[in-house]
Amino acid sequence: MTYVVRRFLLLVVTLIFISVITFLVFQILPGDPVRTMLGPDADEAQVETLKQQLGLDQPGHVQYLHLVEGFFQGDMGDSIRFSRPVTGLIMERLPITLSLAVISLIIVILVTIPLGIFSAKREKKWSDFFLSSFTQLGMAVPTFFVGMVLILFIGMSFQFFTTGGYVPWSESITGAIGSLILPALTIALPQIAISFRYVRNAILEQSKLDYVRTARGKGVSEAIVIYKHVLRNSLIPVVTVFGLILAEVIAGTIVVEQVFSLPGIGRLLITAVSYRDFPVVQGIVLYIALVVVVINFIVDILYAVLDPRIRLKS
Amino acid sequence: MTRKVLEVKDLRTSFFSPEGEIPAVDGVNFHLSEGEILGIVGESGCGKSVTSLSIMGLVPTENGKVVGGSIRFHGEELTKATAKRMRQIRGKEIAMIYQEPMSSLNPVFTIGSQLMEAIRTHNKISREEAAKKAIEMLNLVGLPRADELIHEYPHQLSGGMCQRVMIAMAVACGPKVLIADEPTTALDVTIQAQILDLMKNLNQELNTSIIMITHDLGVVAELCDRVAVMYAGKIVEEGSVDVIFQQPKHPYTIGLIQSIPDIRFKKDRLYSIPGYVPKPGTIKKGCHFAQRCEHAFDVCKEETPKMVVSLDGHAVRCFLHGTLKEEKHDRNIIKS
Ligand SMILES: Nc1ncnc2c1ncn2[C@@H]1O[C@H](COP(=O)(O)OP(=O)(O)OP(=O)(O)O)[C@@H](O)[C@H]1O
Ligand SMILES: [Mg+2]
Repeated sequence: MTYVVRRFLLLVVTLIFISVITFLVFQILPGDPVRTMLGPDADEAQVETLKQQLGLDQPGHVQYLHLVEGFFQGDMGDSIRFSRPVTGLIMERLPITLSLAVISLIIVILVTIPLGIFSAKREKKWSDFFLSSFTQLGMAVPTFFVGMVLILFIGMSFQFFTTGGYVPWSESITGAIGSLILPALTIALPQIAISFRYVRNAILEQSKLDYVRTARGKGVSEAIVIYKHVLRNSLIPVVTVFGLILAEVIAGTIVVEQVFSLPGIGRLLITAVSYRDFPVVQGIVLYIALVVVVINFIVDILYAVLDPRIRLKS
Repeated sequence: MTRKVLEVKDLRTSFFSPEGEIPAVDGVNFHLSEGEILGIVGESGCGKSVTSLSIMGLVPTENGKVVGGSIRFHGEELTKATAKRMRQIRGKEIAMIYQEPMSSLNPVFTIGSQLMEAIRTHNKISREEAAKKAIEMLNLVGLPRADELIHEYPHQLSGGMCQRVMIAMAVACGPKVLIADEPTTALDVTIQAQILDLMKNLNQELNTSIIMITHDLGVVAELCDRVAVMYAGKIVEEGSVDVIFQQPKHPYTIGLIQSIPDIRFKKDRLYSIPGYVPKPGTIKKGCHFAQRCEHAFDVCKEETPKMVVSLDGHAVRCFLHGTLKEEKHDRNIIKS
């Protein structure tokens, strides 16, 4: 399984790289967080003491190692604005953002694959053309606009959907879904538009290959030809797209949490940035980076699961 | 008289492109008797594969279509059969070995699962029984260590092994008709001979009728009972292998036979028919071979010669062999 080992090493290297970059960016960022914390009236002595407390007086490499150590121990320091541990703040909001991302991705997959198959089977027919044009349009519409429209037209007309605020899963499952489904749709729609073409083209390309003719030649049903033979092969390129989409979806939560007033990571990030809450921003950036890198790793593993040519390559 | 398993009459299959209709198969007639091996030979692009795909009902639907003629399997018209009926026939009654063995196998499924799919589509048996049968079939086509092979993927096999797997898959349900589309082209000579032996055995032991498509006349001489020579979408000559090799009539067939390398006489240069196969649809009238034919005369470029069958069953489509109107009375000929 050298493939998996290689991919894992790549994951580690990427993480180191990202953490160094993040660290350096926060070093050169304007605006001294310590002064922000203490307010404009603080004197030099106070500033120095706090810097010592936060370890900011130490040389760069020591600070960096400290950051890495903290990252693995779940100790990213305290928030300046909330005066609480950064990890605690993130963990509280994580379920919201995570649910949102997962629901969005599920919507994207559930819509795109059947739609892609439908469209590919009708290549050059008007329904295929219509879907392609319609999704082109979908790509051009900004996320926040989709959100507004959904709030106005669906959220306001149906009781089930909550158009602001969040109902925790532990309180009510339907309530949670009701509060998350519209924001999830908002994130999903533009992503459906993007991934639809990939899925359609992948299926179209695969369905012209020789092995499909062999399958038909055995006398199996058309459903088996498409859903077993063609789809299984199409998933290999499609998984890449869904990996990219998941990263997009996570980015999408930042905007959508604002529009739907969901107290998730995205909102925390925006609040933290506006208050120059340096430890929180750093913590979120690192954890998001971790999530994205891990997703890429999972995608790589999925390749190997889906494609024996990758799995069995020595 | 032996029963006819397959009868193809005036089959026409075209592809459609923005430039127009491309008649890849342009009025093909032949039949296949029970237990017979019929060879179809002809240069690349003359329509051999499209003919076989038409019989299978597997002409690519996005741009191709059987536009005319009839294909009868045991008297049943296949061009008008429902999709469901065709699925029952494919694999079970008529099976095909495709030209490109490597790409004809699905890269993400094991050899075993692809074989078992072929078996279980037409036989309601358990997975275990199907697996046993799959191993049996792999042994039948002479593949070693079949019990390991069923767990392997196509990319782990050589071209020759893939071809054998394709053969095993095609014969798994004991089809009445086996269409083998150049099954030996991709293989080296020793494996070629083994595959031909295998086909011969299938034919003799299971009484499978075989259509053997090739552009290798050596294969025809070795294996076939009868041979049809195809040129640019039409069959130009047909007859028993002995007759065609000893008394070829059509200038194209004569050219083909002359271009077989003969190891007994070392020639300075091998004969080859001058010119190229015309692209389908580029010749609007006359004999398709006329522009490359050294015997062509005026009428050849104007009219399409009819197939003329002599009493010994030797059929030829050439004006040199009596299809001009005035000759009709002189010879005892049957027009098809
Ligand atoms: N899918 C297709 N779309 C368009 N044209 C096609 C298609 N398949 C075949 N043709 C055309 O039909 C003609 C006959 O092709 P066919 O594959 O039957 O030739 P062949 O006799 O099998 O040749 P070869 O010996 O190379 O296999 C060719 O001119 C080819 O260009
Ligand atoms: Mg061919």
